[in-house]
Amino acid sequence: VSDQKPLGCWSVKHGQIITCPVVCNFETHEYIAVHDDKVLRIWKNTDINLDKVFKATLSADVYRIHSLPNGGPVVLFKGGGVRTLDVLLEAPQQEIENIISDEVIKWSEAFNEGQQPVLIFATEKDGDFFVYVKKLKMNSLHKYKLEQQELSKPLSFTAYIKNKIITLLCLYSSYSVYKVLIPLQRNTEEEEQILSRSLLLNLSVSGTVLKGTSFVVLDKDHIAVLGSLGASGEECKEHLTVWNTKFQTLQTSKELPLGTSGQLWCYEEKFFFTHGKVLTVIMYKCETSSLAAAVGKLKDSQTPDVSSFVNWNTLGDEELVVSVQSQQSVALKAESKMTLRSKRNTVAKVHPDTLSVGQLLLNLKDASTTVLEDELRQLMSKAQTPDFQATIGCVITALINRCKTNPKYYPRNLLLQIVQTRELSYSLCPDLMAVALEKKDLHLLQNCLQRFPDIPEEITYTCLKVFLSISEAYLQRIDVNLESVICYIDTEFNNKDVKTEIVENGFNAELEQDIWDTKITKKTHLTADGEFCPVGPQKAALLNAVLLSAYSETFLLPHLKNLPAQQAVLFLRYLYYLYVKCSEKINTTLPGIRSPTINQIMDWMCLLLDAHFTVMVMLPEAKELLSNLHKFVRAQVRFYSELNKIEGSLRELQRLNHQKDSQTYSIEVLELI
Amino acid sequence: MGEFEVHRVRFFGLVPAGVRCLAWHPRGGRLALARTDGTVEIYNFAANYFQEKVIPGNEARSVEALCWAAGERLFGAGLGGDITEYDLARLCAARSVDGCGGPIWSMAANSSGTQLAIGCEDGSVKLFQVVPGGIEFERNLDRRKGRILCLSWHPSDTHIAAGSIDVLRVFNVCSGQTVQRIMVNYHVQKVKRECIVWSIAFLSSGTVVTSDSFGRVQFWDWEQGTLLESHTVSTSAVLSLAVSEKEDSIVVGTSTGATYQFQLLPVKMGSLEKRWVRTKPFQHHTHDVRAVAHSSMALISGGLDAQLVIRPLMEKVQKKGYDAALRKITFPHRRLVSCARKARLLLFQFSQHLELWRLGSTDETGKDGEVLPLCRMPEHLVQLKSKGPEHIYCSCVSPCGSWVAYSTASRFHLYRVQYEGDGVSIKKVPKVPKLLLPAYQLQFSSDSGSLFVASARGSVHVLQLLEPGGCKHLHTFRPPSGSPEAVYLLASSTDGHWLAAVSGDWAIHIYNVKCFKHHCTVPTYTCAVTALAIHPLTNNLVIAYSDQQLFEFSIPEKQYTAWSRMVQNFGLHKVWLERDSPITHITFNPKNPSHILLHDIYMFCVLDKSLPLPDNSALLMNQSTLKQLPETARQRQLHAFKICKKFQPLLFADLLDENCLVMVERPIMDIKTQLPLPIQQKKFGT
Repeated sequence: VSDQKPLGCWSVKHGQIITCPVVCNFETHEYIAVHDDKVLRIWKNTDINLDKVFKATLSADVYRIHSLPNGGPVVLFKGGGVRTLDVLLEAPQQEIENIISDEVIKWSEAFNEGQQPVLIFATEKDGDFFVYVKKLKMNSLHKYKLEQQELSKPLSFTAYIKNKIITLLCLYSSYSVYKVLIPLQRNTEEEEQILSRSLLLNLSVSGTVLKGTSFVVLDKDHIAVLGSLGASGEECKEHLTVWNTKFQTLQTSKELPLGTSGQLWCYEEKFFFTHGKVLTVIMYKCETSSLAAAVGKLKDSQTPDVSSFVNWNTLGDEELVVSVQSQQSVALKAESKMTLRSKRNTVAKVHPDTLSVGQLLLNLKDASTTVLEDELRQLMSKAQTPDFQATIGCVITALINRCKTNPKYYPRNLLLQIVQTRELSYSLCPDLMAVALEKKDLHLLQNCLQRFPDIPEEITYTCLKVFLSISEAYLQRIDVNLESVICYIDTEFNNKDVKTEIVENGFNAELEQDIWDTKITKKTHLTADGEFCPVGPQKAALLNAVLLSAYSETFLLPHLKNLPAQQAVLFLRYLYYLYVKCSEKINTTLPGIRSPTINQIMDWMCLLLDAHFTVMVMLPEAKELLSNLHKFVRAQVRFYSELNKIEGSLRELQRLNHQKDSQTYSIEVLELI
Repeated sequence: MGEFEVHRVRFFGLVPAGVRCLAWHPRGGRLALARTDGTVEIYNFAANYFQEKVIPGNEARSVEALCWAAGERLFGAGLGGDITEYDLARLCAARSVDGCGGPIWSMAANSSGTQLAIGCEDGSVKLFQVVPGGIEFERNLDRRKGRILCLSWHPSDTHIAAGSIDVLRVFNVCSGQTVQRIMVNYHVQKVKRECIVWSIAFLSSGTVVTSDSFGRVQFWDWEQGTLLESHTVSTSAVLSLAVSEKEDSIVVGTSTGATYQFQLLPVKMGSLEKRWVRTKPFQHHTHDVRAVAHSSMALISGGLDAQLVIRPLMEKVQKKGYDAALRKITFPHRRLVSCARKARLLLFQFSQHLELWRLGSTDETGKDGEVLPLCRMPEHLVQLKSKGPEHIYCSCVSPCGSWVAYSTASRFHLYRVQYEGDGVSIKKVPKVPKLLLPAYQLQFSSDSGSLFVASARGSVHVLQLLEPGGCKHLHTFRPPSGSPEAVYLLASSTDGHWLAAVSGDWAIHIYNVKCFKHHCTVPTYTCAVTALAIHPLTNNLVIAYSDQQLFEFSIPEKQYTAWSRMVQNFGLHKVWLERDSPITHITFNPKNPSHILLHDIYMFCVLDKSLPLPDNSALLMNQSTLKQLPETARQRQLHAFKICKKFQPLLFADLLDENCLVMVERPIMDIKTQLPLPIQQKKFGT
């Protein structure tokens, strides 16, 4: 606690001694203290003088009072008698039985098990330790004897209750923690069961022993021990330590140089202990115990909380109506407040309009194809509402579901129309591309790749593979948007001035020789200069769509490794061709709409080489390509390094120009057109 | 269109004073700002952040705190020990009351605006009752040692939290007693430095938020006196703090020029437990951020680097647009330069003196972009120092250059300047007529024969200037229906026939100077007028409003011109409308009647009425594109707006003659060099 200030302070009269820890009754917010073993005091926050508050003198000495969250306080007497406070206050002078005769209570603890309070306490007599379990409601008391141990004896206890079994942990003077299990249900009434124990943890750190004084249980795998650590002879320093019992490791420790009172408490994920003269509070958090965590290799990974998000994939027919609503609520929320997502169950409002969309889709489930398409066209021609996208997503999902159930049905034009006219995304209609791949609808795939911002890399890869594998002959017959390639593939058939541009761009004659010396074998468009496009314009257009789509390298690379070697070489050939094409122009861009940029081309080339490096090295047909590529890149690097030198001089000129500006007065000429 | 010879002037050494305090008036949508030189400014957020009112400072009247009370009344208090109420119609200090507690460091009004609390040097907190026509001392609260640097009322008006050195105290307003005293330094015993609580805020939940010189923002439970949360935001002091009305967001300003936003956010999504989290850092200033304010839409900060920054909160913005842009206001939205066209003189207005300069000349010509060699250097002719503590309200030099006039809050001065060869003699005109002062704007007629003096209550005085050095009061124009507001802009016609005057209620009155009578009123528009001018040939009045609209009003016909109607029908270009600084000056080219020359801080524009207006798809700033096109292709691309952004920040631009312009720039770097060094911060291990 960084700023300590007592909120209340009460004291007993001189000569009186408080003999057991003060507890707070959570139900009535009263404090209960015992002084001089027998005198009970109960007061509230507003009372100032402890002398004037409620007082009750009991007939026996109190060992401790336990306060339970959902029940009144329980009083444990030194003789082993147990009473709830309510019972006790009815007749303070009532007689308290003595159960344990000469044994001395060393420790006690109270729990709530089910609805009844359970009190457990440990006693000692002549080196023997006994454990008593008292169930208050049933008024049953069971006595156990702890297994005897030579040389060491228990110093401190702690216990927790789980699955009707009390787990008692004992810290022994040999500085080990032992675990004792005590079943809560016991039918046999035999006397003094002997409790066997098992070693839980040895409190030793690389030779030095932690001399624990008190400890608490944090969760099923962690305990915290307060004690002094130090090899014999050296000065002992007190430490707060957290141990992992599953892997027997010391999780963390904190040195407490000012000394403590040897006591440690723990409430609500916070440690409380005195350190020097101040009360120190430390927050802690126990992560799920795993080997990675134990050896300190845990990465920060959190499993996403799936339940709080709308699951876009559950757009089954029966759920359609519901999901339409939830999607719309998401769309609306995103529009208005930019909150991320909303839980499905928070959507209470029903839009009459949207319901009709959902219902419409349900009604159309069994309608004939023509009717369905007409209806959907009508629906889409309606005015644009803020939630229209979600609706369109549902429409597509409905269509796709129909395609899935009826393999013959495929509304090619309708789907294409929707994709072309609406701002859709992959996540709005996740199955669309899968179905399109299945049906080999290349035009639709091209459109999707161009328009969707969020295509998973796996799908991108599948598209690439399909595009590369389809034969040119098949492609000739297919309608594909060629706008991205028309500007540079078509021109090359009779365009001869390409060469002059290359020279302008700084290629030396040697390099040109290198490129044009390559023996061109394949079937594709050969030009007089020897430059060729390794693929037909249709295929090029499709590949361009892949090049332009968004992706993340990490996720794409594993898929790309699966690309067959022949296809990889073909793709690389095409990328190389694009690269050379780009470098022809001084601004290194390809002409035309939606043509890939040089950065996209280079990124893909690097990715492809990364994925297929070993294969490329082995393949004879790739060898020549790679060597050409290398020569070309080397020439480019030389060229750009020359440019770098020029930049320095230019910058200096620019600086000189700026200096002129700093004059306080000048007459300049300004022309306005 | 043509080439201009541009006199590029950078010797106007204006250094705007740093921002000392801010007071946001949520209902009125106005922000009051006080500068370190005592100037108080009012920004109207509804009128596109226009600086609609300026009350020039006074050396004897520093302002440490500003607050709005009793509706629209503005109070200021400062180290002079007085509480001053400002007259926002007459733009002057209306009345002052001595706080009787030494220098006043802080002032706060209660939520209903009926009481003011001030924190004084002697450690006292005093309450004043706001009554019609002034304030009355009510009582002292429990006095302890140590100056009270900041104050905040609990929203229920029952308690006041006050920050001092090392300690913050909470007073019960009814009993006047200190009910809580918290040492902010309690657990940092080792540090011997004193901890100054610079700013404080009292939230309705009972949480007191403080910012201190240790760079901490701390949250305290005032009843228990315990620290709830502490955030160290900076290694240097956190000087200012402001809370949003909903109390879910806090903005703080530090002495490193950074501002931070704190937001009250749930610890987990959907959880009821909320914590203050430092969310957004901004670094818009280079120097101390002495003042911050929090409007419902934006974080507002003002620094010693004289900048006012309005940073909209993107989560509150529904769509990208006009309100979503960051605003930085450094320069005044009014003219501090006047120009004698014929004599080629410039008059610069500083807070307490004037400078008269003669422009240089050249006898060469050149091509676009060339710098011409000078045959005569510019010359600093005269420096006129204003006596007394009052700052200058306005100044003007006559077109012929032989008259200079200026006004302070209580005095009006007119000088006769004579040029004999290289020498200059200046003579004060004795016995100027007694006028209702201060004057808010001065304007000489184009023949330098008379002077128009803008005054309070919508009135304009006409003074006749007499040779060899005298003047007499001819007439006073008053709006027929009366007006409580002062006139802040004037425009006179070249033929000496007409005078247009704009008062603080944005009404434009046109007077006939020849017959001394009111001619007409321009239809009222819902935005502030930022500049206006009368065309020398057509007598059309061109008006620029703070929402960037342009109107042309024919004075003889008493109606908007056909071109103006066409502009309104067609609409101005989007980029034009999204500019964030107002047009501050309009002038004309007599040789090209279709041209209107206007400028704001960031651009100079020649508006050619004979060319078509650009539509939103066209490029508005197309000068560089046009220069690359061949002559034939240009014709299709031409549009009415010819914008030049070469000269920035542009404080003044005027046409000297047919193809000669003067541009007065004030580079930001030149101002920065005049400021004290900012706190050094490490960057990448330097």
